Amino acid sequence: MNLLRLLNRKTFPHGIHPPQYKEETHDKPTRRLAFPEQVILPLQQNIGAPSIAIVRKGQMVERGELIAIAAPDKLSVPLHASVEGTVRDITLMPTATGPKTRSSIIQTLPSSPQIPVTGEQQDYRQMSREEIIAAIRDMGMVGLGGAEFPTYAKLATSMQHDIHTVIANGCECEPFITTDFRVMLENVQNLLLGMRIVMKAVAAEKGIIAIEDNKLEVMTALQAHLPEDGSIKVEVVETKYPQGAEQMLIYSLLGVALPKGKLPASLGLEVINVATAAEIGALLPNGQGFIERTVTITGDDLENPGNYRVPIGTSLQHILDETGFVGEEAELILGGPMMGQPVAFLDTPVHKGTGAVLVLDERATPNRNVQPCIKCAMCVEACPIHLNPSALGLLAYKHRYQEMQEQFHLNNCFECGSCSFVCPSNIPLVQLFRVAKAMNRERKLQ
Amino acid sequence: MAKHQHAHPVVDLRTSPYIRRAPSVPQIMRNVVYALLPVCAFSVYLFGISALALMIVTTLACLLSEQFFCRMAGKKSTLPDFSAVITGLLLALTLPPGFPLWMGALAGIIGISMGKLLFGGIGYNVFNPALVGRAFVQAAFPVAISTWTPTLAANRFSEFIPSTLALPFMTPAPTAEWSQTVAIDGFTGATPLALMKFEGVMVRTSDLFFGTTAGSAGETSALLILLCGAYLVARNMMDWRLPAAVIAGTAICAECFYLLDPDTYPTPLFMIFSGGLMLGAVFMASDMVASPVTPWGIVLYGLLIGLLTVLIRLFGGLTEGVMYAILFANAASPLLESFTQPKVFGDQ
Repeated sequence: MNLLRLLNRKTFPHGIHPPQYKEETHDKPTRRLAFPEQVILPLQQNIGAPSIAIVRKGQMVERGELIAIAAPDKLSVPLHASVEGTVRDITLMPTATGPKTRSSIIQTLPSSPQIPVTGEQQDYRQMSREEIIAAIRDMGMVGLGGAEFPTYAKLATSMQHDIHTVIANGCECEPFITTDFRVMLENVQNLLLGMRIVMKAVAAEKGIIAIEDNKLEVMTALQAHLPEDGSIKVEVVETKYPQGAEQMLIYSLLGVALPKGKLPASLGLEVINVATAAEIGALLPNGQGFIERTVTITGDDLENPGNYRVPIGTSLQHILDETGFVGEEAELILGGPMMGQPVAFLDTPVHKGTGAVLVLDERATPNRNVQPCIKCAMCVEACPIHLNPSALGLLAYKHRYQEMQEQFHLNNCFECGSCSFVCPSNIPLVQLFRVAKAMNRERKLQ
Repeated sequence: MAKHQHAHPVVDLRTSPYIRRAPSVPQIMRNVVYALLPVCAFSVYLFGISALALMIVTTLACLLSEQFFCRMAGKKSTLPDFSAVITGLLLALTLPPGFPLWMGALAGIIGISMGKLLFGGIGYNVFNPALVGRAFVQAAFPVAISTWTPTLAANRFSEFIPSTLALPFMTPAPTAEWSQTVAIDGFTGATPLALMKFEGVMVRTSDLFFGTTAGSAGETSALLILLCGAYLVARNMMDWRLPAAVIAGTAICAECFYLLDPDTYPTPLFMIFSGGLMLGAVFMASDMVASPVTPWGIVLYGLLIGLLTVLIRLFGGLTEGVMYAILFANAASPLLESFTQPKVFGDQ
């Protein structure tokens, strides 16, 4: 069907090739960012129910101490203190993802060495599948690729399926971001251990670490450490956006199109982000909670762009100060330039799913005049889901939202932004689709 | 944009994606104009200053009427998007080189006003505006539009073809005698398609390919048109499947008739390289606005144009069928699109 696949190139049809912009941070080893004066920890940093705070105002907490438990009998994960210090308040604070959320604010203890507390030593080989999944829940792990879906719930669902392969997604197809790349290079042992843990949890025999062909250094770094029985291997796919989307990656690797609404588990697959796997590998043996992550801080107007270990809850103001923001004004984005969240307040914290803080100035494309659709079909050729963004856009302008869903499969769109990226008429297609989806949701509620 | 270190920060948010890399509409249109320029230049080389004057007049007519109607509607001028220039040049290329200038201007005005702005301007036109203009003059001036003059006339750069400078609403000066005096060798006043249709004479395909036969200003060198189309394809500003489908449709249909009766019907190669097919396939059918956006829609649309062209040429009253074939296909385009919606990824 697809010519490139016939030529044995692992890829998917359609998609785009945006500029990479990874060179500023690509080769820089991960460093630690100075601890902020305070951290803001939203109680909800996961899909599902928020966690329930178990600390009081004024209480001293250690770094890594449990400060909120998972909501019982709900899709929820616990939360740990990312610094040693005093709970200053538990109140509503802004987040990037939407309305103000109840957050625990912890004042950092200035003299603290900030050594994380450890829990019980655990060896995954002596744990049952259920015990592993419970341990992953206790560490507060969510999907670090940005989805923030509780990892334990995903693995628990997969237990009901016959999983044969765990795919660690290291594509990182968004421009600018190199966090997964650095994690794979620098945490080889943790990544492989995390893979083995997850493979045991879902009883998979094979593991694949998938990387785009712009990250071949990872191949070299991993080669010597891969298990001899070939149970874990590295597969290289084409550098193309949005290769990191689950459906696209599965198609590239296996040539199977994942039906809409079906989980990869239905194909016997478990897909997790490489950073998630590496954190599981690092935290599970010591029974620790998830309190910090590698974040790419990059873009325009920064003196020291790079990859940094950042405690969860660090404010963007602190990040800009530490990395030397020298610009006048810029756009601040959590995530990549294709799908990232815009940020309005500088006290917005880094949360569990934040892989990148992006400062965009001259490399941002300014809004240009919107012109009528000339039906050039470039969006149709770009859409990885094979929708018809041109027709959808025209319908959105006429407010025919229901028709968009019923006849043009609006809900299959995962807002990757490829159509907006290629549109010569500068039509804000993704934005129109978001509005249409929201209107349809509202109509359903009435 | 989050303003930093400011008492009352001005926050201006927008949503992803924040980067784009696409040619703008004016850039695409400008490149189509660039791609048309060699075709125009070759036409001027073959037919002289009459062809040049015709191009200038039709383009000016298109630009001025677009400006006029934009002003009437109180809209911002759409001239900077260059699409009216394409209409003007394409229109000139579909007309006989000695076509009276005032008729050319009229075709331009009709094309832009009835074919484009009436529907709402760029992006909304149902039909290719240049062809709307040409269809009008085909109906209004049937004699002038089928009066052909020879290529490479000796004095083509010093004097106009007699009919070119006809006064409005006056009968153009006859060109038959003039053609005989300037032609290098015997000139019959008929295009290769007319020779085929009415006299059963086939012009050599190589002559068609390099474009030294009589015909409209732009329906001459298939090779040059293909090269110019290749430029647009290389710049990712034209879908190669569209012209390919038109040519394939023509070839398949012509081949069927040729196999039925090789003595009566011309070869597929003749069909592809004669008349305005190449210009139509590369520059007219590919008008983005009036063609489908879906992959299969594009293919069906192209095949339909090829099929209709051959049928009109072989069985219609006209010698040339590309124009009506494209106009029909333009009208069918929304229908073709509606039943060729792409299959959603992952749908069984």
